[in-house]
Amino acid sequence: MSDPKDFVAGIDSDQRRSPTRVAFVTRRTSAQVTVNREDQVQTYPEVLFRAALAIETLAIALVGFSLMFNAPLEGLADPTHTPNPAKAPWYFLGLQELLHYFPPVVAGVLVPSLLIIALIVIPYFNINIEANGLFLKDRTTRLRIFYVAALGILIFLLAFHVYVAVGPTVVVAVAMIVAANSTPESPWRLSRYLARRPLAYWIMTWFLLELIVLTAVGTWFRGPGWAWVLPWRGY
Amino acid sequence: MAVKTAAMVDKLRASRVWRSVFRSGTGNSTLHRALAIQQSIFLHLFSTKVRKRMVGFSATWYLGTLTFGTFLILVITGILLMLYYHPSVPQAYADMKDLQFVVSSGLFLRNLHRWSAQLMVFFVFAHMFKVFYRGAYRTPREFNWVIGVMLLIITLLLSYTGYLLPWDQLAFWAITVGSNLSSAVPFVGNKIHFLLLGGNQVNANALLRFYVLHCVVLPLAAILFIAVHFWRIRKDGGLYVQQSEPKPQQAKDRTSAATEVK
Repeated sequence: MSDPKDFVAGIDSDQRRSPTRVAFVTRRTSAQVTVNREDQVQTYPEVLFRAALAIETLAIALVGFSLMFNAPLEGLADPTHTPNPAKAPWYFLGLQELLHYFPPVVAGVLVPSLLIIALIVIPYFNINIEANGLFLKDRTTRLRIFYVAALGILIFLLAFHVYVAVGPTVVVAVAMIVAANSTPESPWRLSRYLARRPLAYWIMTWFLLELIVLTAVGTWFRGPGWAWVLPWRGY
Repeated sequence: MAVKTAAMVDKLRASRVWRSVFRSGTGNSTLHRALAIQQSIFLHLFSTKVRKRMVGFSATWYLGTLTFGTFLILVITGILLMLYYHPSVPQAYADMKDLQFVVSSGLFLRNLHRWSAQLMVFFVFAHMFKVFYRGAYRTPREFNWVIGVMLLIITLLLSYTGYLLPWDQLAFWAITVGSNLSSAVPFVGNKIHFLLLGGNQVNANALLRFYVLHCVVLPLAAILFIAVHFWRIRKDGGLYVQQSEPKPQQAKDRTSAATEVK
């Protein structure tokens, strides 16, 4: 490797010409790279055809649904007459449900901002990139942290009377305890699966369950004055 | 008959006019099919080949495709609805009634737009969770995930601004409840509230602002981000999931003489 090079590699900076790229492959230099051979299909026509088929199926289903069910339309907007309850669109009812427990600056500003920030930073945090089971390493320490965190969240929810959010928290906590007492070699498929889940999985699952429960409660179980109602009773 | 049609199609595709429009040329070879993607400004966003494993339903549930499908339906029905809609008070509500009773298929058009909008919000969330659980946000796809979060926010804003346009009780009070939240922002809350509504409460100015946001600003932003979102799939190495990456089968499969050129 001590031979002097008989060429100089440089960058062409003549703006009037397109630079020509030249690759020098000298002796003993290997251009080998590691790749996985995997079967592929051509985008045109195979993938585009499938995409078109999916979209057309969707369109047919939506046209059928639209022929059967009419979009809601109430009376002319009247600023002097407030309906009770006044509800936001369904995808915001989780937040509106939180508004019932916390002041607007928390439920309406802090929580949504933190959620958006949390979603954005997901791929930049190592806890999300680690794919190892949460309790497979440092089991005792991690279990201790888990108990403190789970109890803290439960006490917080109960202190603010957010009883509807307790259910998903308990479900996830129980699943995590099962995971902590499982090994990837367990004969049970479920415990094998749970044992291998990383921390990011548990946080996201908790968020998903809370989102579903809060939205469902806000949509179907809240009546006049945001009081608890049963959807089949009406109000 | 079939032979005659095929011959006519071949002749058409070989004609000078066709060749001037489509740069990929005629033929059904692998190269021509690749060129059909690579030489089109719209299709070149996609890669020319996709891993076979990722085309199956279980890999993605086609949630991204279906989200885009709802967006297409919304653009088409939205443009048609704009032909009958005036963003003024109380004409906006009268136009809703006209759509219901006077315009041919007006009710159907509004139904399709409304239900597609609800489904799009659902699909965007479903797509996000599917991508998360498949681990497809990991390096090098971090930034495409961020663009996806932007598209989630744009979708929610599109749906929210559209909610006011019928100018009925449902619309008015939903937007009142929602926009009051912006007043809770520390220090500048009232300013943001005023900027959003063009007044201190939901009124004709708010309707016009939401209309412009809903029909011009947000759709353009959505189209821009969707284009980047699609393009980054190719640039970041195609549809891929690390968790189910197949193990290298044999030693000779592990090496190859060249890198992929994207």
